[in-house]
Amino acid sequence: MNDLLKQLTEAIGVSGAEKEVRLLIRDLIADYVDEWSVDAMGNLVAIRRGTGQYDMRVLIDAHMDEVGLLITDIDSGGMLKFTNVGGFDDRALLGKVVQVGPDKITGVIGARAIHLLKSSEYSKVVKMDAMRIDIGAKSKEAASAKVKVGDYAAFVTEYEELDSDRTAIGKAFDNRAGCAALIELLRGERYPFDLVAAFTVQEEVGLRGARIAAFNARADAALVLECTPAYDLPNEKDVSPNVAMGKGVSVYIMDSRTIQDPRFVAHIMATGDAQGIPYQVRQPGGGGTNTGMIQRAGAGIPAATLAVPGRYAHTPTMMISLDDYHNIVRLADATLRTLTPDILRRA
Amino acid sequence: METFDLLKQLTEAPGPTGKEEGAAAVIEPLWRPLVDEIVADRVGSLVGIKRGAGPMERPRPSILLAAHLDELGLMVSRIVEHGGYGFLRVTGLGGVDRRHLFGQTAVVHGVKPLTGVLGGLPYSYLPEQERDKAFSYETLVLDVGLPVEQVRELVSIGDFISFRQPLRKLGNGRVAGKALDNRSSVAAVTICLEYLQGRRHMWDVIAVATSQEETTYLGAYTSAYAQRPDAAVVIDVTHAKGPGSSESELAELGGGPVLGIGANVHPGLFKALRDAAEALEMKVGIEPHAAGSGTDAYAIQVAREGIPTGLIGIPLRYMHTMVETIDMADVERVGRLLAEMIARLDDHFMDGIREDMMRPHKPVGNGAEQNATKDGNA
Amino acid sequence: MENAMNDLIRTLTEAFGPSGFEDAMRDLIRPLVEPYADEITVDSLGNLIVHKNAAAGNKNPQKVMIAAHMDEIGVMVSHITEKGFLRFTNIGGVFSHTLLGGRVRFANGTIGVIGSDRSDDRNAIHPLNKHFIDVGATSREDCPVRVGDSAQFYRPFEVRGRHLTAKSMDDRIGCVVAIEALRRLPEAVAHDLYFVFSVQEEVGTRGAEAAANGIMPDVSIALDVTLTGDVPEARPMDVSLGDGPAIKVKDSGMIAHAGLVRLMRRRAEAAGIEYQLEVLDGGSTDARAMQLAGPGSAAGCISIPCRYVHTPSETVDAGDVEGAIRLLVAVLQGEMDY
Repeated sequence: MNDLLKQLTEAIGVSGAEKEVRLLIRDLIADYVDEWSVDAMGNLVAIRRGTGQYDMRVLIDAHMDEVGLLITDIDSGGMLKFTNVGGFDDRALLGKVVQVGPDKITGVIGARAIHLLKSSEYSKVVKMDAMRIDIGAKSKEAASAKVKVGDYAAFVTEYEELDSDRTAIGKAFDNRAGCAALIELLRGERYPFDLVAAFTVQEEVGLRGARIAAFNARADAALVLECTPAYDLPNEKDVSPNVAMGKGVSVYIMDSRTIQDPRFVAHIMATGDAQGIPYQVRQPGGGGTNTGMIQRAGAGIPAATLAVPGRYAHTPTMMISLDDYHNIVRLADATLRTLTPDILRRA
Repeated sequence: METFDLLKQLTEAPGPTGKEEGAAAVIEPLWRPLVDEIVADRVGSLVGIKRGAGPMERPRPSILLAAHLDELGLMVSRIVEHGGYGFLRVTGLGGVDRRHLFGQTAVVHGVKPLTGVLGGLPYSYLPEQERDKAFSYETLVLDVGLPVEQVRELVSIGDFISFRQPLRKLGNGRVAGKALDNRSSVAAVTICLEYLQGRRHMWDVIAVATSQEETTYLGAYTSAYAQRPDAAVVIDVTHAKGPGSSESELAELGGGPVLGIGANVHPGLFKALRDAAEALEMKVGIEPHAAGSGTDAYAIQVAREGIPTGLIGIPLRYMHTMVETIDMADVERVGRLLAEMIARLDDHFMDGIREDMMRPHKPVGNGAEQNATKDGNA
Repeated sequence: MENAMNDLIRTLTEAFGPSGFEDAMRDLIRPLVEPYADEITVDSLGNLIVHKNAAAGNKNPQKVMIAAHMDEIGVMVSHITEKGFLRFTNIGGVFSHTLLGGRVRFANGTIGVIGSDRSDDRNAIHPLNKHFIDVGATSREDCPVRVGDSAQFYRPFEVRGRHLTAKSMDDRIGCVVAIEALRRLPEAVAHDLYFVFSVQEEVGTRGAEAAANGIMPDVSIALDVTLTGDVPEARPMDVSLGDGPAIKVKDSGMIAHAGLVRLMRRRAEAAGIEYQLEVLDGGSTDARAMQLAGPGSAAGCISIPCRYVHTPSETVDAGDVEGAIRLLVAVLQGEMDY
């Protein structure tokens, strides 16, 4: 059982309310870093000094927030009205168990029973604004004693490793998988340069935390560790999946927010080839990660992104390959150990 | 000054987004006696600084209050000749609600200000499929009633247009007019500065009337960068319940200040505002924002190293129209709340909110002892 | 002289440089501007920054950033089918009605032809993802390009009287204006000038944002193309090809600094340069990013009117280009009394 992934994914940290994850990660890294601090938005930023070989600062970013729900109103019957924090598919919400507020009050998202539906409604998606969270309160007053407007709710999903031991399911692999990988990097040997590890907030609501983390880091280069949605499901057409679970670390070239630094990307691929670490090019196109903010911070930072492919992102239960997870740690580590200032220099 | 007179001066001044000097010219004399310095910056914001009483040995902390001074407007996009007259085609500045334009009057700021009517062809002259649609910028005209030669002399493409609407009293202390978004917040900041004349405050107060909120948050980004405050509070209007808007989450007109909460708001600033309201026994509403708040707070929060930012809303009906409606008591309450919050800021405030970011949550048994907020919805 | 100018336009418009892959453009421009620079730098995103110091003893020199973007729209391979056809995604604003039957060129010289999936309705335009590129391969193995490779649209430059047509007038013509202005400016200039040949404009003014954060200009001027309203059934707009450069007042991303607009108009009138005023519904330029940088700059844009923007036949008028160069030089030489 991977304890790191278990602890991290079972903790709650919806965008804007990441404290529980922040505290957990602080405890997990405190013994391995030279200093840590928390900034104005709640990013946890740790420094691990290098051996002194290169005068260089490399920012490694992993966002610690997850998508979730936000309570917007409590109705007269004690039911909680909510909205989404981060991108959501309404179809993923019905029949789910959630934990609400810092006290983790248990609630369920139910719906009118199928027996009571017209047959024309069987396939109809229930919209989020028609759903309610039921915490078992009988009145607005009773509910208000436990939950406040402005509280966050997260899914309840325990981390599990499936039979093969090579596959794990749980919530929030996006992006606790990246956080876990970054923690492992901090626990390894020192690098030839200073590492600035930023566990950032509010990625899911617009890459917000990374903007100030990158401004503060004044880094010479940046590597973002992510968990990217994998759509490698059965499909009749001759189209490649954007990335495939179990086929190696996902390397970005272009998404909707960035064109990755071509030198950095070439270095990552050369490293993967040389060391026999499986990687795959993520299909260029949509999506976006913190790299989008980091690359433009200050006078610009050469940046690249690595990701663990994860199926069923932004639902209560994601699935990843533990091989991919181990490989992202290996590839990030090997990439950094061989990174020199010259590699990223422009003519 | 009576709140009505203050609002009247502020809202009737022209300040379409991108050309705010008309509004700044009204705010400047209102703020000048209340602050120690005041300057207009390069991108159209007005910055007034009131020094705090804190010691000078080390940099005094500062709090930035941001209320945008720009309002929606129009811009001349073409000059079209017809029958010897010069008609102006226009385009919107900011999120103009085109449904409200037909039949309004407006002023085009060319060589000299010219008043015109926003008109269009009557219903019966329109093709069938156009009749049920609001006017588009291709069918609406601003008619200043002048021959085309004279229009070309006095007006250029790119000239700014402001709406005209005197502030009017409705019943129960409510007023309606244009640009209450967001001059009502400028009024609240003014009232706050007035309160602070008679109250000791340790921190510097940087009052900023920010430019171009309605387009790019330009003034918020740039003034937060330039002033580098320790913390900030943004004051803007928020939707109140009214005709066609009965959602239970919306604020009550006259229900008091609405405190923003969520990712765009620092919990420490939220708490400071809530504590100040409690000290004043002032009722406040809570407005959760799942992502951005759609206000200057979105820009200020991420300026430079990041600035802990709070958000106060003034409930308002019919946003982005020429009959925006507020309750004057809400404006006065926001001014008082801001002053109270500022007067309570001490040397330890920043350390306190930093420590809170790492303070573990202590679960409470049944949740009953939680700090129940004075939730406007409760 | 005119031929020399057209040669420069040909060289720049035919060069390879989709957003993010501007190295060849930078290598072309650098030697052309080196003689006029006090200092040349390339920043970490790849912006080419040409710095010209204000002459000593000048009173009130301002830091002025002038930006023309080197990148062009293009495509990137996202999938190679078993039979060796390429599916692709867009780099920047690529419109699907411009694709079918077009040609693209990859950095390695490979030429591809764009086809589309079967259509049962000849009037319908397929979305971008129902198009493919045929590079003559028969399988993934013999395909000369890889997933992640980028390509430019491929079309030669043509001189058609006063009208000049090429695939990437947006914004190589802005680069031409900047280069030519550098040549014409006197040795001793009034202000601290930063000519930035920027990257990644077409994907969201990313290069100019970083460059402006590094430079922190007082005044910024973008050089870019704008749309016109002078073709049949155009969206109404009072900008025409051949009526002179346009001074931008507003586009959908920014409102230009009103004082800088006035300054540009005064300079144009004083120098007898015919100009137009631009209110553009849609699009934006590097000026947006420069306006928002740091404490904010007084930002504006000198636009070159251009027909058929974001197609392989972007068309400008030679007189407008000359007017834009003269206007830029006139603006940069005097007092910055905006």
